[in-house]
Amino acid sequence: MYGETTMMVNEKDINEQIAWAKINTDVLRSMENPRKSYWVAVAVCLAMVATAVLAEYIQYTVGMGVSNLNNPHMWDLYIATFVFWIGMSHSGTLLSAILHLLHADWRKPIYRFAEAMTTFSLLTAGLFPIIHLGRVWNMYWVLPYVSDRGIWPNFRSPLVWDAFAISTYLSASMLFLFIGMIPDLAICRDNTTGWRKKLYTALSLGWEGNDRQWRNFRKIYLLMACFLIPLAVSVHSIVSADFAMSIMPGWHITSFPPYFVAGALYSGCAAIITLFIMLRYFFRFEEYMTLPIMEKLAKLTFAIAMVWTYLNLIEFASVWYGHDMYNKELLIAKATGPYAWIFWSMLFFGSVVPFTLAFRKMRRHMPTMFVVSILLNIGMFFERWMIVAPTLSLSHEPWQWDVMWGSIIEWALVFGSFGWFGLLFLVFVKVFPCVSMYEVKEMVFHRSMSAGERDVLRMTDHAKPAKQTPGVEGA
Amino acid sequence: MSLDNILNNWSDYRKAAEDGGFYDSEGNHPYEHRWTMSINLDLCNGCNACSTACYAENNLAFVGKERFEKGHAMNWMRIERYWDDQEKDYPEKGASFLPMMCQQCGSATCEPVCPVAATYHTPDGLNAQVYNRCIGSRYCSNNCPYRVRYFNFYSYYDDAWPEPMQQQLNPDISVRDKGVMEKCTFCVQRIRSAKEKAKMEDRAVRDGEAMPACAQSCPTSAIVFGDTLDENSAISKLWKKHQVKRNVAHQDKENPEMRGYRIFEELNVDPSVMYLERVREDV
Repeated sequence: MYGETTMMVNEKDINEQIAWAKINTDVLRSMENPRKSYWVAVAVCLAMVATAVLAEYIQYTVGMGVSNLNNPHMWDLYIATFVFWIGMSHSGTLLSAILHLLHADWRKPIYRFAEAMTTFSLLTAGLFPIIHLGRVWNMYWVLPYVSDRGIWPNFRSPLVWDAFAISTYLSASMLFLFIGMIPDLAICRDNTTGWRKKLYTALSLGWEGNDRQWRNFRKIYLLMACFLIPLAVSVHSIVSADFAMSIMPGWHITSFPPYFVAGALYSGCAAIITLFIMLRYFFRFEEYMTLPIMEKLAKLTFAIAMVWTYLNLIEFASVWYGHDMYNKELLIAKATGPYAWIFWSMLFFGSVVPFTLAFRKMRRHMPTMFVVSILLNIGMFFERWMIVAPTLSLSHEPWQWDVMWGSIIEWALVFGSFGWFGLLFLVFVKVFPCVSMYEVKEMVFHRSMSAGERDVLRMTDHAKPAKQTPGVEGA
Repeated sequence: MSLDNILNNWSDYRKAAEDGGFYDSEGNHPYEHRWTMSINLDLCNGCNACSTACYAENNLAFVGKERFEKGHAMNWMRIERYWDDQEKDYPEKGASFLPMMCQQCGSATCEPVCPVAATYHTPDGLNAQVYNRCIGSRYCSNNCPYRVRYFNFYSYYDDAWPEPMQQQLNPDISVRDKGVMEKCTFCVQRIRSAKEKAKMEDRAVRDGEAMPACAQSCPTSAIVFGDTLDENSAISKLWKKHQVKRNVAHQDKENPEMRGYRIFEELNVDPSVMYLERVREDV
């Protein structure tokens, strides 16, 4: 059931002979002794965040005008970046929940950091609707808190749905990340000292690895996975409703929810490839983040890229044949106007560049994959930009036609968001295991079972990872 | 805060959401007044008196040339100038003027998208903007096909009204600070005082008693303002004469020669402003 019987012998997703103790030591090693390059990365991220904080301080004290937003362009890069980060968050759920239900066990070595990416990109995305508010200090008014004056938010507004959807998704995915980590946190607890010991003791919730705990754990993990999938789909559909519920040309499009979800999975998969390669290189995780897994990931990304391309094409076709004057002119203006270079780069990066993923040689060449994954995400950032800006530049009222480029303040906040995400991720990989130890063990075990390479009876003694001493000598 | 309170407010909210300012099939409607406007483009000579009057009446901030060019102007009432023939030179170019302000739509697109319900429909048929409630998400402006909503991108108070200019601010209306959306209100403060005066004297509001600053200051009387629920008002007669109907996306006139039309009514937003087409001598 779990075995990839068609695989060639040297093409295993993971080496089945790998000792469980080695898995523990490899992953635990990755959390220790940050090298110089780690601190350099932290410093760069901190500098980016500091720049963004400064920019936000200026914007907060002087006014939204410093971002170059103006009358037709009430939204711009802030909302585009918000959609970008929300999109980024989707692939963690794809890998951890959807592929979990599908029993695609190749996800096991790589889902942990993808799930962390989900949480952190949501934490990044959530900042943007807040900083783009004219009166930030009143942001809690979008929540239906009980007020003496009986004032409620407007439940018809997609922005209110956003607040609900994103906070639900954030809390659910955080919970999912945490629950999935409990057995690993117990391993960490047993192998560390000092503040780490205290932290992991508290977080592992008294995990002993007995049968009852494993049974409950499986159930709640499955339940959360089932809960998270409709949530992930609905979150980006609701984000797309920010646009689709309006009457503006280029926004009022029925296919936006699936288009946004496809785009979200797309940019998320590309980001997973980027982080995959970085972790594989920096933590020397070649044995876990293997080339066959990368190949599967690349194939998945390619498939999603084609879905995205298809949805783009039907959107263009329906605009073209719909003969709605405003929509059609907007599409022509996107392709030929001042935004044309962004529009065509988006199509090139989003629909042409992924064809490199169709070739086996490319899929197995890490530098190429790294560059491609970055390009795909640049394309997806452009896509979000091209959804938000041109509609506002060229809407119904000709008097207000205008082209606007964001100021340095706006760009500082956009770049700062990458620093913020990077910072969260850097802290995560040193505090929490970014490869799921117990699930890699499961994967190794199941595969060796199905391959029949080991004595089944002997292995069942060690089948429950918690019964195995997690120390070096425990293999 | 009792549960009753929540439920009561909930049903109020539901009522507001479902009525939406529409007439039902029997012609019943929730309106006390229906303030509407008519602008005769044949009489408009683009003098900008309406815009100036609006600045004075509504405490609109002067943003300065630089910010005006950046698109930060606060001109609630703006005169849009279009050239008839771009190729030709002045004066054969033939400018057309279009005074544009909030159309106080019957089914306004700005209203449902506001996350905090800072903009809503009043029983007078106006789109009210509650400055104190606005958090500045700016979705309303994005969803306005007329682009007549103006956002306070900066705090203008010191620049726009340096000492002793603040003395000329209209005390009937607030000065908005940064981060708040604002727009034409049909001079709601004047409507309010006319209604209050009528109530004190125990009578209905007379035609012409409530008049916005733009209509008052128009030298050619191109702007007519009034209550369309009052059958005998000048504005009611104009709407009838030009055979422009409310609550439709397409006008089906018996006499197509009549000049009345509404801008972007095909979007089904039901604007409250009727424009009368300019008569061209060369056509």
